[in-house]
Amino acid sequence: MQNATAAEAPVTLTYRDAVREALHAALRDDPRVFLMGEDVGRYGGSYAVSKGLLETFGAERIRDTPLCESTFVGAGIGAALGGMRPIVEVMTVNFSLLALDQIVNNAATLSHMSGGQLNVPLVIRLATGAGRQLGAQHSHSLEGWYAHIPGLRIAVPATIDDARFMLAAALRLPDPVLLFEHLYLYNMQGTLTEGLEQVDLERAAIRRTGRDVTLISYGWSLHKCLAAAATLAAEGIEAEVLDLRSLRPLDEATIMASVRHTHHALIVDEGWRSGSLAAEIVTRIVEQAFYELDAPVARLCTAEVPIPYAQHLEEAALPSPARIAAAARELLTSARGP
Amino acid sequence: MTQSRLHVPHPPARPGEKPDFSYLEIPPAGREPRPDTLAPALEIERLGTGMVRVLDEQGHAVGAWNPHLEPEDLQVALRHMLLTRHFDERMQRMQRQGRISFYMKSTGEEAVAVAQAMALEPGDMLFPSYRTQGLFIVRGKSLVDLMCQCLSNTRDMCRGRQMPIMYHWAEGNIFSISGNLATQFPQAVGWAMAAAIKGEDRIAATWIGEGSSAEADFHHAMTFAAVYQAPVILNVVNNQWAISSFQGFAGGERRTFAQRGPGYGIPGVRVDGNDFLAVYAVTRWAAERARASGGPTLIEHVTYRAAAHSTSDDPSRYRPKEEWQAWPLGDPITRLKNHLIALGEWSEERHAALEKELEAHVTACWKEAVTYGTLTEGPTLDPVSMFEDVFHDMPPHLKRQREELRRLLAAQHAAAAAQVPDGEG
Repeated sequence: MQNATAAEAPVTLTYRDAVREALHAALRDDPRVFLMGEDVGRYGGSYAVSKGLLETFGAERIRDTPLCESTFVGAGIGAALGGMRPIVEVMTVNFSLLALDQIVNNAATLSHMSGGQLNVPLVIRLATGAGRQLGAQHSHSLEGWYAHIPGLRIAVPATIDDARFMLAAALRLPDPVLLFEHLYLYNMQGTLTEGLEQVDLERAAIRRTGRDVTLISYGWSLHKCLAAAATLAAEGIEAEVLDLRSLRPLDEATIMASVRHTHHALIVDEGWRSGSLAAEIVTRIVEQAFYELDAPVARLCTAEVPIPYAQHLEEAALPSPARIAAAARELLTSARGP
Repeated sequence: MTQSRLHVPHPPARPGEKPDFSYLEIPPAGREPRPDTLAPALEIERLGTGMVRVLDEQGHAVGAWNPHLEPEDLQVALRHMLLTRHFDERMQRMQRQGRISFYMKSTGEEAVAVAQAMALEPGDMLFPSYRTQGLFIVRGKSLVDLMCQCLSNTRDMCRGRQMPIMYHWAEGNIFSISGNLATQFPQAVGWAMAAAIKGEDRIAATWIGEGSSAEADFHHAMTFAAVYQAPVILNVVNNQWAISSFQGFAGGERRTFAQRGPGYGIPGVRVDGNDFLAVYAVTRWAAERARASGGPTLIEHVTYRAAAHSTSDDPSRYRPKEEWQAWPLGDPITRLKNHLIALGEWSEERHAALEKELEAHVTACWKEAVTYGTLTEGPTLDPVSMFEDVFHDMPPHLKRQREELRRLLAAQHAAAAAQVPDGEG
């Protein structure tokens, strides 16, 4: 897979390839690791992430399952307790709701309830998000919900580097980790940072520096923020773009440092506004950096409707670079006062 | 020392290999006895291991399950099945041309939905899966309406909110189709329980694929249906494939899906799903039983998914291309056609004429449907309409978001209009 010599230009790969390489490396390096989920074997996964892995690792380690989320996640917990390092793929976050009892009432609680006698080193990979015209039952962004649950770690790879290395970081942890892969990103192309061999699962990352306003987001929204920042730059507004990376725990230090630097914060979250992750971040900024702010914290979220199917309706429901730029301008204007 | 080993089911044939359906034991038509509709579940367990078949190899209807339908009814059935197939073909083509984003064909399984919809009463409530479009066709939903849903246009019954083929038709007593599998099973049981509480003679019927019968909802629904003796027909359409997972992955390697019924105290009947007459007869039997307070019936329809799972799927990656040709239960349309010809009530000429007529009908419907809008050309649904129906009465926060969107769209519209160079637009 990585056969480029050091002298050659970095290989262009997709986000999907990067996740596949991560899986390949994990399976190669640790015999306890296996992948389990619907259509992950011969079919190569619903989003073609595991394509080719069956041929290399065999049907026991690239394991197709019956269509039953509650049980293949439950079985993953059992296997993790039994000393394995299972990676469970759930086709979309919407389908993970069928496994909520296993995830929320079991994986998240077992270590605590057992007085620390048990650990559940389980990794669950879920496709999340909208933008592919898959309607309300396959397009929601529920990672903010999961980030509410103590005992779970929630991470969101938004870049090629994170897609390649977050899985290994998750597998190193003794806790259950949910990795949310935005389905719009699978075809995104890029290159790996040369020499990078691992990433952490704790720190947020500044993906673009700027002095005027901090755009805080994750997943697909990160790329919309970067696009908006480019537009704003042409107008003389320098936006700093922060990639949360981990939704639980939240890297407050990086968020507050950026806000103290720009004095303006706009949170872009593909989840719904009411009771959202964005709401949590606003609260923390208000709690910890209120006197640093030159304007009220703003947020841009998805319209509070089930994600519609029709393309123009779906687009109208989601944050877009144009809306992010508009919201940033408004934030800076309101700061200057009437 | 003994050592346990993990069994990972493997389908009998992969691409490049010879199709192999030797795992299916197919009894001759007419063999299975037809028990009294109120026979106790445990006395008729045999119906779950055999296979009810009426049409024999020569196209004759034989045995106790022959429903003795009039030739006119059989001709109507043939028409519905053919229309379903032509509709599917057209919509698949339209997806390939980029006119719609997604489609799912029911090719090879048309007898299941068509025979069952014809065997049930119009007031019976149907809780479909996503490969039972024949239900809508039998109940008289116009193809234009179905196409408009797939186009997500201004006449779309779901107002642009659902993926193509996830129809909903309240007036026709057909419940919304769910992309999250198996949820319709408990809902159908609940509806049937309500019908029984109200003392109605209406029953419910629901469909699930053999693959999604692994979902918990299937098993919970079976328990509830048995406990309350709900008047419901629970159908497992065993078309051998759940996307790339063959039926062994749903637990079909050691028991039939119909055999699960007796485990819950529900009669399980296995039927040749490509035999229109057999599906019709078994459905009538189960419906009579339900209406007479005999409780639920589980029916396994043995059929074959001849097409891809959906337009996003390429089955040549995981199964032999020739499987459909090798499928031992044949094509349901050909089999009914041959039966009508054997009866002297049909001919190749009439069949060809009917195909031509239906194709023209489908073409005319498509032409009309696109006048209500397509994915790329207007008229289109107003984006602000998406805030409607989230709640019956729109709460203030949605009114606010609707206003924000309205303002944003107006600004975008104005900006776009300002950019149009002279002489254009």
